[in-house]
Amino acid sequence: MWGCGSSAIFLRWRLVLSKRIIACLDVRAGQVVKGINFEGLRTAGDPAALARRYNAEGIDELVILDITATIETRRALADTIRAVARELFIPLAVGGGIRGEDDAAAVVEAGADKVSLNTAALAQPALITTLADRYGSQAVVVAIDAKKAGDGFAVFARSGQTAADRDAVEWAREAEARGAGEILLTSIDRDGTKAGFDCALTSAVSSAVSIPVIASGGAGDLDHFVEVFTEGRADAALAASIFHYEETSVRHLKEHLRGHGIPVRL
Amino acid sequence: MIALVDYKAGNLTSVKKALATIGAEVFVPAEATDLAKARGIIVPGVGHFGATRALDQSWVEVILARVGEGVPLLGICLGMQWLYESSDEAPELKGLGLLRGRVVRLQPQSAGRTPHLKVPHVGWNSLSTVRDAAIAEGIASGAQVYFTHSYLAPVTSDTIAVTEHGERFAAIVQRGHVAGVQFHPEKSGDVGLRILRNFLAMAPRAL
Repeated sequence: MWGCGSSAIFLRWRLVLSKRIIACLDVRAGQVVKGINFEGLRTAGDPAALARRYNAEGIDELVILDITATIETRRALADTIRAVARELFIPLAVGGGIRGEDDAAAVVEAGADKVSLNTAALAQPALITTLADRYGSQAVVVAIDAKKAGDGFAVFARSGQTAADRDAVEWAREAEARGAGEILLTSIDRDGTKAGFDCALTSAVSSAVSIPVIASGGAGDLDHFVEVFTEGRADAALAASIFHYEETSVRHLKEHLRGHGIPVRL
Repeated sequence: MIALVDYKAGNLTSVKKALATIGAEVFVPAEATDLAKARGIIVPGVGHFGATRALDQSWVEVILARVGEGVPLLGICLGMQWLYESSDEAPELKGLGLLRGRVVRLQPQSAGRTPHLKVPHVGWNSLSTVRDAAIAEGIASGAQVYFTHSYLAPVTSDTIAVTEHGERFAAIVQRGHVAGVQFHPEKSGDVGLRILRNFLAMAPRAL
């Protein structure tokens, strides 16, 4: 009566890395500033409350993005990180205005597991290595904002405002070589359009590096996630406002992905 | 008191917070002799195996002595890899040697392959339980936990649960009162907290 042996037990579960669904909280002075105005969620402006809800729905990871990132809001950011990290036992990344080692140390100390660098990494690429040496590569995310340019994709700094004169694929490779543990890749063309992720961009970068690539920008419906995990070869997908609506709860999204044969944590 | 060994391999904030949540009293020993008051020892850590160099002979001797007295030991991620004899990541160093075997690198697979497997192995993956053990009590096969690592420990008779990323490797191990987890229980939601609780339950009250 075969089926009782350990080999059969091995076969019962699909042991495969799940595609991660990451929620982004855009925070300004301690409050979530995106998608806070829909009915029935009284505490939507509070990052910890929103994080709690996403966690209950099965989010795999959270990103807190400090969208003002001034010195005055740094204290509020640390309080926000502490409030979110206090009760959630899933990975937490923090980005926005991390300019150097001290900024990184402050968010790590407050409870961030990963620090996301964007403009600072472009300005001083050695910072990637400094932080990777100090906290490990798994703690260093390099965020790349890219826009289609000819046959390739051009990198922009300062929230998409300044051309960095770099190619996205090349920059991702360099970031990996310098010690980045993950790439958070945002399509400027798609951001906020709800027209779907830029699968061409995501696939180009994901195929060029061996570290995980998180796709961001353009999530509008469930099938966009299916596309970015198949065509786009993304390892994770990040969205912000889409998760505020009941029809795209994290759980619903994951069930949809599973229905398409994409491994998820449910 | 549970001793959380800090050898500067990553940040201990998350582990401390998770242990506090489950009601553990935790201290970070300043030197090896402080382990005398520990009723359980946790060696966390992320990063390069070379970081274990900081756990020099004085630490090794005290940890082995305490384990010999029955104090349970839990290695997390790099801390689990340190329980083995050696690692290819820093072949010049010896591990603690409480578990037999050598830690080796995960092999990335080329982008042309389906599925495209990346190294490091980052994210949530499933556990498949091979046999029962105190550290994995209440953990069902199929439960998912959060990994981030590039090196893996082989599947041996000490393996309690396996995971697969290109190849199968030890995700949870236990031999006597020495246990290890390749993933991060402090980042693995309720499943992770349960494993930490299981470890606390292994620690004798009297110590």
